[in-house]
Amino acid sequence: MLKISNLHARIEEKQILKGINLDIKPGEVHAIMGPNGSGKSTLASVLAGREHFEVTEGSVTFDGKDLLELAPEERAGEGLFLAFQYPVEIPGLTTTNFIKTAVNEVRKYRGQEPLDAVGFLKLMKEKMSLMEMPQSLLSRSLNEGFSGGEKKRNEIFQMAMLEPKLAILDETDSGLDIDAIRIVANGVNRYRNENNAVLVITHYQRLLDYIVPDYVHVLYNGRIVKSGTRELALELEEKGYDFIKNEVAV
Amino acid sequence: MASPDERPGDQIFRHKANLSMNTVENIKEQLNRFNADKKESGLHAIRQNAFLQFDKLGIPGVRHEEWKYTRINALFNKEFRFPYTENNLLRNDWQSLRLPGADDAHELVFVNGIFAPELSTLRTAGDLVLLPLEEAANSELYAKIVASNLGHSSRYAKDGINALNTAWMYGGVFVHVPEKHEAAHPVYIYHITDTRQGNVLSQPRSLVHLGRAAALKVVETFLTIGSQESFTNQVIELIVEEDARLEYYKIQNDGAHASQVSTTHVRQTGKSFAHTVTISFNGNLVRNNLNIVMEAPHCESHLYGLYLLKGHSHIDNHTLVDNVQPNCYSNELYKGVLDEHATGVFNGKIFVRQDAQKTNAYQSNKNILLSDTANINTKPQLEIFADDVKCSHGCTIGSIDTEAMFYLKSRGITEKNARYLLMHAFAEDVLENIKLPAIRSYVDQLISELLEFDLL
Repeated sequence: MLKISNLHARIEEKQILKGINLDIKPGEVHAIMGPNGSGKSTLASVLAGREHFEVTEGSVTFDGKDLLELAPEERAGEGLFLAFQYPVEIPGLTTTNFIKTAVNEVRKYRGQEPLDAVGFLKLMKEKMSLMEMPQSLLSRSLNEGFSGGEKKRNEIFQMAMLEPKLAILDETDSGLDIDAIRIVANGVNRYRNENNAVLVITHYQRLLDYIVPDYVHVLYNGRIVKSGTRELALELEEKGYDFIKNEVAV
Repeated sequence: MASPDERPGDQIFRHKANLSMNTVENIKEQLNRFNADKKESGLHAIRQNAFLQFDKLGIPGVRHEEWKYTRINALFNKEFRFPYTENNLLRNDWQSLRLPGADDAHELVFVNGIFAPELSTLRTAGDLVLLPLEEAANSELYAKIVASNLGHSSRYAKDGINALNTAWMYGGVFVHVPEKHEAAHPVYIYHITDTRQGNVLSQPRSLVHLGRAAALKVVETFLTIGSQESFTNQVIELIVEEDARLEYYKIQNDGAHASQVSTTHVRQTGKSFAHTVTISFNGNLVRNNLNIVMEAPHCESHLYGLYLLKGHSHIDNHTLVDNVQPNCYSNELYKGVLDEHATGVFNGKIFVRQDAQKTNAYQSNKNILLSDTANINTKPQLEIFADDVKCSHGCTIGSIDTEAMFYLKSRGITEKNARYLLMHAFAEDVLENIKLPAIRSYVDQLISELLEFDLL
């Protein structure tokens, strides 16, 4: 589904990604872990198409298409979703209105008829109960005054509404208490099926107690330096990132 | 209504003189003749006085502090037709110009600055009093109101433009809401300029009076038909007596050949409430003067504005809040989005006179520039002579938030639609103050057209 080959990227003059290789197949959950500054969020940004990041080498294909040639909104249309580490607050735009526009844009891109008010409401209701998304958040301005947990819950709700093939969760657990993590993780687990995939980017292993990965990769200094199964995450938790740094140094 | 033999087009500018170089001289000459002809009118003295003012002040140039960024004198170098007798506007032309909600509104139509009774409709008899201004000035019931209020705006306009309108005052209307009466229908006032036979200068004039504890909603809009140039120099004076409530909306969505100076002068003579929203899209050169004069203690006023411009449009919002008496409250929020080569001016004056202790006056102007070639001049101007007051002002100029833009795009929303959503969101705290649902959705519709939102 997603194939990253030798990906190099920089922001301004600073080279951050220095040759990433990663292959994600439908039905899989991958986790990328790594210390601060290793390039985790840059990878998420490059995949979603954030400006100011320049790809200097390598390629990314998504279901056979050259992802890097697509605009961010086209990537979303193709089925890529990024749950933001810092969701943006937009006063004056209701969450419902935002999501309705997004859903119909994506439907349009996929050649589907736009949903009318009734159809949209029905879809919202269904996903709201699935994602434990309170109605009160939907009529408020997008993310404005939302708690950290509410913002992340809103991200996962958007994911459920847009039904992506690949969801990238960028530090979705940061700033969340255990209860909020559990709700968000439940949402992700309910969305999962054999046709879609999840890429979890996280600093800590605790999120992986709830969203159980098939593969764990350690990103350090712009490269994936170690890959393994869930046990690798537990090992990192126990030993800290220093052991990776030492291994790399050797 | 006005008798046809009084139409000024007969006497004034009978011959479409070549006005290009000597327009102002020409205006003076013709005005002089007009006024000499009309000595018996109840409005003669005020017109004559305004003529002298105009003669003295002339058309303001860029050296005039209040007109520094708005070059109006260049407009007077064009040939204009002035108010003329023939009104070629048919009911059919007019039907397509009506605003949403019109079926439930009193509709007052001005064509080329002159009230057109044949196109106007009062929805329910007795909901309000409507008279030609001239007639009201001579009537037993309303002469006093007219005499003490008509022309009050001239005290706040130290330039020839306001005087020009008053000197020309003809075919205007007087609207009166009786004491303790809440008008059941809003009043829609249409200023239609018909340029199909040439450039037109029109100068509509109205006086609106809300009696004690009366309530009225007013919507004014400006529409030019034909492809020639129009210049509208309009003045509306609204008098709000004790315990009365005024809601006033100005919707400007005229074409690129339409210019206007639009003066809205609100005079709160007793403890009362005034709520104004000024929405400006498109147009060539638009200058709005909004004055709120709070002459009594405990008055409350709200001033909201939104301007959304592209092309070479120019908008100038001059607002003035005059706190004369203590314990008044005013809140002002103007927001603007300027794209392409559009230019904007915001000048917000707040006077707090010596007696106006415990004044609360707030002002904010926020702008977004969408292109490198758009520009805005914004200037708060507070003159405070009392010592126990709360006043604040602030202005911002920014560009579109790229992270917000990316957030929307990452959800599949195209650049154009994302821009629409962000600009609409930016405007929301102005828009939410449009309390007439039909007008609110009309404005929303205009914004989505202007920003080319293509997903509805």
